[in-house]
Amino acid sequence: MPADMPILAADGLHKRFGALVVLDGVSLAIARGEALGIVGPNGAGKTTLLSVLSGAQRADAGAIRFAGNDVTALAAPARCRRGLVRTHQIPQPFAGMTVFENAFVAAGQSGRPRGECYDRAVDALRLCGMLGIANRTADTLGLLDRKRLELARALATGPSLLLLDEIGGGLTDAEAGELVEVIRELLRRDISIVWIEHIVHVLLQVARRLICMDAGRIIADGEPKAVLANADVVAAYLGGVAA
Amino acid sequence: MSAVAFTVERWTPAARLTIAATVVLAVVAALAPLWLGPGAMDRLTILFVYVILAAMWNALAGYGGLVSVGQQVFFGLGAYFTIRLADAGIDPFVAMVAGAVIVGVIAVPLSFPMLQLRGGEFAIGMWVVAELAHLLVNLDPLIRGETGTSLIALNAYDAPMRRNLIYWLALVSVAGLLGGLFLLLRSRIGASIQAIRDSEEAAASLGVEVTRTKRLIFVLAAFGAALAGALWLATALTFQPKAYFSVQWTAYMIFMVLVGGIGTFEGAIIGAVIFFAIETWFGAAGVWYLVGLGAAALVFALLLPRGIWGSVERRTGLRLLPVGYRLVVGASPAAVRAAPLKETS
Repeated sequence: MPADMPILAADGLHKRFGALVVLDGVSLAIARGEALGIVGPNGAGKTTLLSVLSGAQRADAGAIRFAGNDVTALAAPARCRRGLVRTHQIPQPFAGMTVFENAFVAAGQSGRPRGECYDRAVDALRLCGMLGIANRTADTLGLLDRKRLELARALATGPSLLLLDEIGGGLTDAEAGELVEVIRELLRRDISIVWIEHIVHVLLQVARRLICMDAGRIIADGEPKAVLANADVVAAYLGGVAA
Repeated sequence: MSAVAFTVERWTPAARLTIAATVVLAVVAALAPLWLGPGAMDRLTILFVYVILAAMWNALAGYGGLVSVGQQVFFGLGAYFTIRLADAGIDPFVAMVAGAVIVGVIAVPLSFPMLQLRGGEFAIGMWVVAELAHLLVNLDPLIRGETGTSLIALNAYDAPMRRNLIYWLALVSVAGLLGGLFLLLRSRIGASIQAIRDSEEAAASLGVEVTRTKRLIFVLAAFGAALAGALWLATALTFQPKAYFSVQWTAYMIFMVLVGGIGTFEGAIIGAVIFFAIETWFGAAGVWYLVGLGAAALVFALLLPRGIWGSVERRTGLRLLPVGYRLVVGASPAAVRAAPLKETS
């Protein structure tokens, strides 16, 4: 695959729930190694876009290519095994299993030898600062650790593109700083990132490109400062107060 | 990749001891007909059937999250196909195993509609399937409606030989099913099954093939319950559909698993032994026996919701038959072994 080919290319994605149009012709391309931030008001379709890209939901129309292959018809597990993985806005830990088991389930689906899967799971937990609580059952974790586990698990699958859905919400500045360091490490490992986040100043520490969505459409796309200064973005998302 | 030194512990000394003791116990049980009386052997056969039923329901509900109140469908069909095959001239012991295999095969297409259902829909849907199967079996002229029939083919064996063979088949069945289930749960598939139980959506997004994995545990539980039904038929000899397709069988399974500890491998076995003991001592008390069972289930649900083994495990970290993983970072396994396997909240 040529180096300049996008890792992911979505073309004309449409999704509606009954009368409600949630995605109204979304097209975007993500370059290999890119960190893309997505902002937009609640209900703009950000999470639905992630669901459709990851295969959790099917688009009504449109096509998705990942790493050069058409994955439009593939369900979420198959897309995950190809390296396209998402996290959930509301963490969904495997509550009856330990933190390590959570990560091992994710790592184990690759079909690689057990030892390699252990390595991956441990590496993901180390990166997310969870090694010290690896043997705790997930139902004993607080919200912050649940969010960390959500990221660690996705990481343990060995992704080439991570779709992150508001993993920074509710973090203190220090915690957000740690999270930014983790994301930077992922980028150094050549993992591409798409990150939905309302805490824009945290997002801007890693995102080199920003998309703003509103009412199921992309209303601005480009260099973060330019996007945030865009008049449509100010009206739709920032409420008239320039960032 | 990781610069961290670690080991993943899957066995403990207690677990190795348990496996060794289980093997010894199985050998002793295999030789038991040499000195056991006929009554004791019949009772042990029934205990084996209970252990199978509890372990299979626990696999389905406790590990797979598929709570069914219709498992009697497989129990009844296992007995029914045994009757059918024996009537066709097949040796009754072969018919018992083949009958269970047929039920396992039937469970595959059945799983397609049933696994579309969620939670309570699945639970009640399975009960509906059981009632439906009951009515269909009643239509078979061989069964003669609720009058039922008998596994007369067993008369080809003289009584002591028959008793021994049934006992051994029950022993092999319980050992094979428990051993197979233990290995399955320790495999990656076992971890995936539990992940699906806790969050289907998250499991799917992490690469777990949800429906295929659920189907596997559904079919295994069906096969196990069918084998239990065939064994029950062999000890009871008579087949009356009402007695086999009764929801009480699933009620017993639930009782055993909840009392022993749902979602723990040891718990289902302990629950079956307790149920067996209660039945042995109080079974003759009729209605009051059932009232007692119900009261016991209530007490456990209120005071010990994790069941006996679930509570022991939480407090002590003891695992006799561990299916999980324990990460030991940067230390020799022995140093951390003393700590509980899972911390309490």
